[in-house]
Amino acid sequence: MSLFDEIGGEGAVNAAVDIFYRKVLKDDRINRFFEGVDMDKQAAKQKAFLSVAFGGPNRYSGADMRRGHAHLVARGLNDSHFDAVMEHLGATLKELNVPDNLISQAAAIAESTRNDVLSK
Amino acid sequence: MKASKGAVPEKSQAGLRPTLAAQNYFLACSCVPEGDMEVTLPDSGFGTLSATVTKTTRLNDDTLGLWLRPSRQYEYRPGQFIRLHKDEGNSRCYSLASVPELDGELFLNIRRTPGGLVSNWVHESLGAGDQVEISEAMGQCFYLPGSPEKNMLLVGTGSGLSPLYGIARDALLMGHLGEIHLYHGSRHRGGLYLEAELAQLMSRHKNFSYVPCTSGDEPAAGCLPGRALDLALARHQDLGGWRVYLCGNPDMVNSAKRKTFFAGASLKDIHADPFGF
Repeated sequence: MSLFDEIGGEGAVNAAVDIFYRKVLKDDRINRFFEGVDMDKQAAKQKAFLSVAFGGPNRYSGADMRRGHAHLVARGLNDSHFDAVMEHLGATLKELNVPDNLISQAAAIAESTRNDVLSK
Repeated sequence: MKASKGAVPEKSQAGLRPTLAAQNYFLACSCVPEGDMEVTLPDSGFGTLSATVTKTTRLNDDTLGLWLRPSRQYEYRPGQFIRLHKDEGNSRCYSLASVPELDGELFLNIRRTPGGLVSNWVHESLGAGDQVEISEAMGQCFYLPGSPEKNMLLVGTGSGLSPLYGIARDALLMGHLGEIHLYHGSRHRGGLYLEAELAQLMSRHKNFSYVPCTSGDEPAAGCLPGRALDLALARHQDLGGWRVYLCGNPDMVNSAKRKTFFAGASLKDIHADPFGF
């Protein structure tokens, strides 16, 4: 069974997206990067991110991740912000009662995008 | 894409907003047809047709009720909007306050905007018997049957009441069982309208409440003082599982989207229609 199926597949992503996005938007360390963006479009991106982290089908290359975040890096996006997002990912999965060993697998996948997201 | 005929496989609608799925939109990339389907591109199909003005009614000093009879069979959901054409170059969108089963005709609430080409034309020139061009109905802000036990919060400012009036009556007609709370905000009492109709609706349906709110300095009898959004959020602090409809001033709508989401409403249950008049 794949990680994606173990976590709960599409249903888990749908359950996680509201919880995760709410945490991100409420967090004063990072919510300035989401000022003025359309919430529905942003939620779709959060959903894509969660699908990737859950080991689902990945339609994003490293180059996509770099291009997609370059304007945020220019506005000061750095490791501390990435850490904050990682924190919310873990807390979201905990809230959904995902077992710890699956949470660390998901975190490792999300972590693997760090250098591309931060243009390093 | 959008299916105009044939069954839409459920799998091809996974992840779509429920309002889009209800209108037979689907994802072409994950659609394996189970039978013959007739499909169109998502943004096609908004042709125009003519309609006859059957009457106009004064709703308040700035807002006119415009009643239209389309020249052919016309499908829409209360809360969607249509484009009303003044002439070739000028048109504006207005929300539908009518419910097909209750009203027969289309009912628009048109607020006069200073210098507004279309709204002033409607207010000054249109009368019973006139012919106008309208588009087919568009938009995602409407009531969906299913989960009738869920509570609903409707917040509108100005003529943002128009779609909400349609949505609330549509929900009640379809037998919605959960509470339905409608907050209409205006600076002054004179900006409110359809008060008698809404009060009557409230007396007929135990699960429906209408709360007129005035945010100006002068308190108005029968109205709560303050902004509609603030009052609604103060009185309904946990919106987990609620359906939310937000219409009117774009600043209010955008702030309301965020605040109702923070109060627990799921993004897929927040329906918003921002417009500037």
